[in-house]
Amino acid sequence: MSAEPKPAYKASDFKSDIAPIWCPGCGDYHVLLSITRALAQLGKPPEQVAIVSGIGCSSRIPAYTNCYGFHGVHGRALPIATGLKVIRPDQTVIVTTGDGDGYSIGGNHFLHACRRNLDLTMIVMDNHIYGMTKGQPSPTTEPDLDTALTPGGTGLRPFNPLVIALASGANFVARAFAGNIGQTTSIIVDAVTHPGFSFVEILSPCVTFRPDQRSWKTQVHPAPVDATDDPARAARRIMTDDGFNLGVLYRGNRQPYTPKFGGSGCDLSELEREFEL
Amino acid sequence: MTQQSPMQLAEISSVSLAFLGSGGAGVISTGELLLEAACKNGWYGLLTRSVGPQIRGGEAAAMLRLATQPVDCHADRFDLLVAVDWLNAQRFALEMPLGPRTIALCDPESGAVPEFVRAAGVRVIELPLKAMTAANPEWRPNMIALGAALRVLGLPEDAARAAIENRFGDKGAAVIVASLAAVKGGADAVESGVLPARLPAPAASGTARWRISGNQAVGLGAVRGGVRFAAAYPITPATEILEWLALNLAKVGGALVQAEDELASINMIIGGSYAGAPSITATSGPGLSLMVEGIGLATAAEVPIVVVDVMRGGPSTGIPTKSEQSDLNIALYGMHGDAPHIVVAPQSVSDCVFTAQWATYLAEAMQIPVLLLSDQFMGQAHAAIDRPADVAFVGQRRIARDIAGTYRRYSLNGPNVTAMALPGTPGGQYTADGLSHSERGTPSSAASDHRAQLDKRANKVHEFDFGDHWATLHGSGEIAVLTWGSVTGAVLEGIALARTDGIDVRVIAPRLLLPAQPERMAAALGGVRELIVIEQSHGAQFYRYLRAHYHLPRNVRVVNSAGPLPLRPGDIYRELTAERAA
Repeated sequence: MSAEPKPAYKASDFKSDIAPIWCPGCGDYHVLLSITRALAQLGKPPEQVAIVSGIGCSSRIPAYTNCYGFHGVHGRALPIATGLKVIRPDQTVIVTTGDGDGYSIGGNHFLHACRRNLDLTMIVMDNHIYGMTKGQPSPTTEPDLDTALTPGGTGLRPFNPLVIALASGANFVARAFAGNIGQTTSIIVDAVTHPGFSFVEILSPCVTFRPDQRSWKTQVHPAPVDATDDPARAARRIMTDDGFNLGVLYRGNRQPYTPKFGGSGCDLSELEREFEL
Repeated sequence: MTQQSPMQLAEISSVSLAFLGSGGAGVISTGELLLEAACKNGWYGLLTRSVGPQIRGGEAAAMLRLATQPVDCHADRFDLLVAVDWLNAQRFALEMPLGPRTIALCDPESGAVPEFVRAAGVRVIELPLKAMTAANPEWRPNMIALGAALRVLGLPEDAARAAIENRFGDKGAAVIVASLAAVKGGADAVESGVLPARLPAPAASGTARWRISGNQAVGLGAVRGGVRFAAAYPITPATEILEWLALNLAKVGGALVQAEDELASINMIIGGSYAGAPSITATSGPGLSLMVEGIGLATAAEVPIVVVDVMRGGPSTGIPTKSEQSDLNIALYGMHGDAPHIVVAPQSVSDCVFTAQWATYLAEAMQIPVLLLSDQFMGQAHAAIDRPADVAFVGQRRIARDIAGTYRRYSLNGPNVTAMALPGTPGGQYTADGLSHSERGTPSSAASDHRAQLDKRANKVHEFDFGDHWATLHGSGEIAVLTWGSVTGAVLEGIALARTDGIDVRVIAPRLLLPAQPERMAAALGGVRELIVIEQSHGAQFYRYLRAHYHLPRNVRVVNSAGPLPLRPGDIYRELTAERAA
């Protein structure tokens, strides 16, 4: 399903000259590289791509690319991307977000963007922590993680974003690991190419506040079976896997949502008719 | 726009009536039919509704004023009440000023006449609805009431034929026949000539006339101004704007998307506008509270949007179905940080067309969020108006095309309104950002960048010429009334009453609330000795705004009444005459 590599663009054509603020060793560097490589493979010029984000470490990505970008407020990347895509369906629109921005403060938009099924790609850099505010638990944090905000841990079960995406109607669900740049790149190409709302969860370690995540590179493994188009089967697999299964896990065939734009030929005076006495 | 001057309003001749009944009895649609019937026969009119919080089955009233010229407020007294039943009617006691010249048509079998009606000395005339519907099961009580009202007002019952055929056309011929028969039955059940008030024959009008609600008018004005995208989350009393746009944007090549909440709707229109479409959303106070962070983003990223707030009673859920002017503070000062934006307010149903069109023009011209403060009174009012004049305000955004070299979205060399690159334009790639940023849009926490961009955003507003539309001005007396929004209609009529007593009162009603216009206001207030500020807010928000932004005469009196009771011309007249007596 991956598009043929197009020699017209290199990954560097999609990078801006702005140096990231991320910590050395942050998984997000790898995600940025994978996104730019994927865009080069997709072969559209940078001005035909828009990257939209909210607030957080991962949300810094738009300015690090050479595409059109929108770095909005915390949690609202998906609505901005929705408005943009509705008006400019010709643009490739990618949302870059994290587990706090995308699942907590932006959780309602996550549900409804999946349900709406616009032709968007949502890339979540999940490190199970709020990094920018220095180490508070997110919806995917383990219950026993001791933090300053939650001494002794939250005691709350983390939620499974892939199952939620699936249940809410996402048309494509995949899990990647930031360190596997080749696979992540091809999953992003696949996600952008697949019609409708594509959800890509990327395990992206936070080496500063979650140094334990350095071990992720030894824990991840390819999903043992190919993607299914049966959501029930996909849900069962996702709910019973170890959380480190990488690959495309669900590939649906729902029709993407396309808003109804009327003809542009109507004279404005026709709108007055209903008011005339 | 098209507001009547106090001189014209002194000539006003009108009759006021209300249909009352429990929700589901159809009194609101009865009011709409009567308004349409009267307006099709040459009169002007205003129809507002008052309903309880229930979705179905609560108390409801349709309040109409029929007149020989356009009217923007209710009169001081109702001339006629027509009660289909008296369910919870006592709750309308404060909303329905009555007097000994009022007559009430009602069925004794529908329960006792409420205390406030009896106390006012209203003449009660029997309308045997229950007996008539028992004898004619296909007659609906509200159609009988409509017929009775037509007869009492001196209109032929046939006047409602076209309105009824129009409304019930899809329900089949039998419904129309039964409705017309009920109207005739109702008319024949009462005597003409019982009503002390008279509705004079309409003057022949040379201009085209519309029947429109304020909410529809906002939608139409916005589309005239260039809006082609809306995001919508339903809320009373703003939903009709969104519903009108859903249907009509589709006719002009635009679209509306329903959002999951107001946080989404505000950000969707920011995304749509960033992509190039002039964009709007409409909400009420609780929704505006949720949107405020997004409005600040639009200020910082310089993305034009129009946000309509149809104000209702607040705070919190307040009174969703009734009007108040108490969202002024949040509209002016709700944003954190220093966030220049525009706040405008229409003054009547008719003015909603102009002000929404102007708002869209201003947003696009300055690449800035514009808040339009309407309210439930004019938003949900239906009025017969003269067709608003066509105006030339159509949004024209500065767009960057044919970009060579480094594109600076927020350039500091040249005009403060900078050319905006739209996605797809080669060489125009930039990141719109809520973070403080450099000329290129690059995030920056440097003091120099922060200050330079704050200056840019403030200056583009300060240097803009808003022209004569900033306010409605009438008269030149030493006594002036400062007011705003839908209260303006009652103020103008109250001043007209005072004129007949020889009291010359000036009126200043700003349509543009932010940015303040100190020079224009100083000129408008020149020679004023006494100022009366009139508004519908418990906290005197408008008065405090005026004190913060303008030099006011020393002698200022504030008339600030909380919603939801509308101010009436007589209230204004009493304030003006009290001022003279003092």
